[in-house]
Amino acid sequence: MTDALEPSVHVTPLTETHRELGARLIEFGGWLMPVQYGSIIEEHRTVRERVGLFDLSHMGELYVEGPDAGPALAAALVTDPPSLAVGRAHYSMICAPDGGVIDDLIVYRLGEARFLVVANAGNAAVVSDALAERLKGFRAVLDDRSLATGLLAVQGPRAREVLAPLTDVDLSSLRYYAAAEGTVAGIDALVARTGYTGEDGFEVFVETSRTAGLWDVLLDAVRAADGLPVGLGARDTLRLEAGMPLYGNELDRDTTPYEAGLGRVVKLGKAGDFVGRAALEKVARDGPSRRLAGLVVEGRGIARHGHPVWSGERRTGVVTSGTQSPTLGVPIAMAYVAPGDAEPGTVVDIEIREARVAARVVALPFYRRNP
Amino acid sequence: MVPTDLRYTTDHEWVRVDGDEATIGITAYAADQLGDIVFVELPDIGRPLEQFAAFGVVESVKAVSDLFAPVSGEVTGTNPDLAGSPELVNSDPYGGGWMVRVRIGDAGQLDGLLDADAYDALISAG
Repeated sequence: MTDALEPSVHVTPLTETHRELGARLIEFGGWLMPVQYGSIIEEHRTVRERVGLFDLSHMGELYVEGPDAGPALAAALVTDPPSLAVGRAHYSMICAPDGGVIDDLIVYRLGEARFLVVANAGNAAVVSDALAERLKGFRAVLDDRSLATGLLAVQGPRAREVLAPLTDVDLSSLRYYAAAEGTVAGIDALVARTGYTGEDGFEVFVETSRTAGLWDVLLDAVRAADGLPVGLGARDTLRLEAGMPLYGNELDRDTTPYEAGLGRVVKLGKAGDFVGRAALEKVARDGPSRRLAGLVVEGRGIARHGHPVWSGERRTGVVTSGTQSPTLGVPIAMAYVAPGDAEPGTVVDIEIREARVAARVVALPFYRRNP
Repeated sequence: MVPTDLRYTTDHEWVRVDGDEATIGITAYAADQLGDIVFVELPDIGRPLEQFAAFGVVESVKAVSDLFAPVSGEVTGTNPDLAGSPELVNSDPYGGGWMVRVRIGDAGQLDGLLDADAYDALISAG
């Protein structure tokens, strides 16, 4: 028997490969993952301008199957998965009865009675347990394939030209937030046009045992297109520029979707009850007590997670994420502020160490790619 | 090998002594560990620094790190180029990426700093 107290993290089939590529590895969501291979800024710009390859094998893959799979998910999540056409996907959330966000998710409809729910690494076990509980009474089963599934993402304006020669999936007809089963480099895969970078791109799900083989082929193709492997550091700056929330920063159990500006995700109009409905209807009716705002720092300093935000002498909120934007060349942040301070154009102060630094509220996202 | 004409701290600052003035920066090893440096916060001219106390902040894309004074003294100058080009700390840590100049308050403190061999051994040990 192994020592239960020994600290442990999951490794992906690529952990040693990342090390050999010179990556700095960190623990993230219970997994040992590459934060950067070289320069985060260079990796970020490579995704914006060309193409990057990401190992996302830490994400959780939860399959829900059975005649009642759709209705079961509609009762478990804030969205209405039965409304998805087969082959399409949507952004969703699983909430607690009080409306707090347990995790944000992507739900793919793979068949009439077969769905894939992708959860964040650090929440995968919690979501798996909650779904198992919420499926009770429905003719639907949960198959948690998180450890059995590898996930690689090819993201950037050249993603399609990199992936197209390697797959039998017709990428030109695969729409944003759509997915199709096929092969990539001869490996059975689910290819989805989804991502977390603000660029066009694809996510490729394969069996864990095939991840390393797929990585080698994709890395060669990405490099041939002047791309790079990209770590979680640039993934974070890319998603922040794209105004996408990160669970643990913008979202947590004490936050409702409405506060995060994601009220449109909650389908109060769907038939039937779902976990959190009563609490979320109340927030939708009364309005949230704080709102997520985008901030551009106008003075000198970089806003970081946890920095207080002030409106004059009134503390209005707190920074949830902040960095120097590689694309815009200025410090950007997201923060929860009082609803009256969340309108674009409002000027607030961010407390950075001992200084108060002026910042302006702007509409999210900070960055939107050219169509 | 790190430059042999400098003294070092275990916090990865370097100091170059010229008469009663010292120029201070962070080492190539520190800059590499931090990654892309995007912001440097430096003290006002005239401010007294105390040996091994924090005098400023250096920020990379992901991390925020304090800067610690290798010697006590009064700040006589700060690198004006770092406001617009903080990446100089990565590209030229011992030259264009210098941070502050101080008038040395106690030259005896320099004897307690690491020489190049000792600093090299420190970073080689990881």
